[in-house]
Amino acid sequence: MSRRIGVLAAAGLLAAWALLALAQANLEINTPAIASLQASMQQRHAQLSPLYDSGAVGLTRDGNVALRDANAVPLAQRQPVTGLIAAENQDRAALYREIARANGHPEWEQDVRATFAQRWIQKARPGWYYQNASGAWVRK
Amino acid sequence: MAHHTLAALSVGAVMAIAGCVTINIYFPAAAAEKAADRIIDEVWQLKPGETPKAGQRAPAAAPQKEKQ
Repeated sequence: MSRRIGVLAAAGLLAAWALLALAQANLEINTPAIASLQASMQQRHAQLSPLYDSGAVGLTRDGNVALRDANAVPLAQRQPVTGLIAAENQDRAALYREIARANGHPEWEQDVRATFAQRWIQKARPGWYYQNASGAWVRK
Repeated sequence: MAHHTLAALSVGAVMAIAGCVTINIYFPAAAAEKAADRIIDEVWQLKPGETPKAGQRAPAAAPQKEKQ
């Protein structure tokens, strides 16, 4: 009887570890909300990409995008570009919030944002601008 | 014998509970990085695992292993 309990306890322990490993291996990102934000951002990227190239828009240290050099944008396009940036930041905020929520931890939102901030910059193309830790613009 | 079982059971229980607490408190940074990379690859239409290629790399950028 007691041996049986011991085996059961060991099995339970193993199961707990397996669950722990599984929980840390992947974050849930396959939700309709995340997929639609992703699609919207992917579509917008076609318009943002030349702005990153010209240095008009840069990647901020807090996981957003920002107007870095208004002079790189023709006067007539400044309003649409401002709108583009606002829409992108809105999607990004929603994305970070949704990932935290999809994993049952809304309080992770800022951690998710910080992780993305690093990865956007890491994956940015050479020539694009990003903010370093002190907030200064750096050309990659 | 019964003592040993009880001890094993208690240790197991404590570790299992600690495991659950770990899940609840700590942000899984490595998993989040992987998730971020998957989403960024999708949004920016990069090939999975692609790192930017160029003649020069910014000195401020952290050195990174080239994945082929």
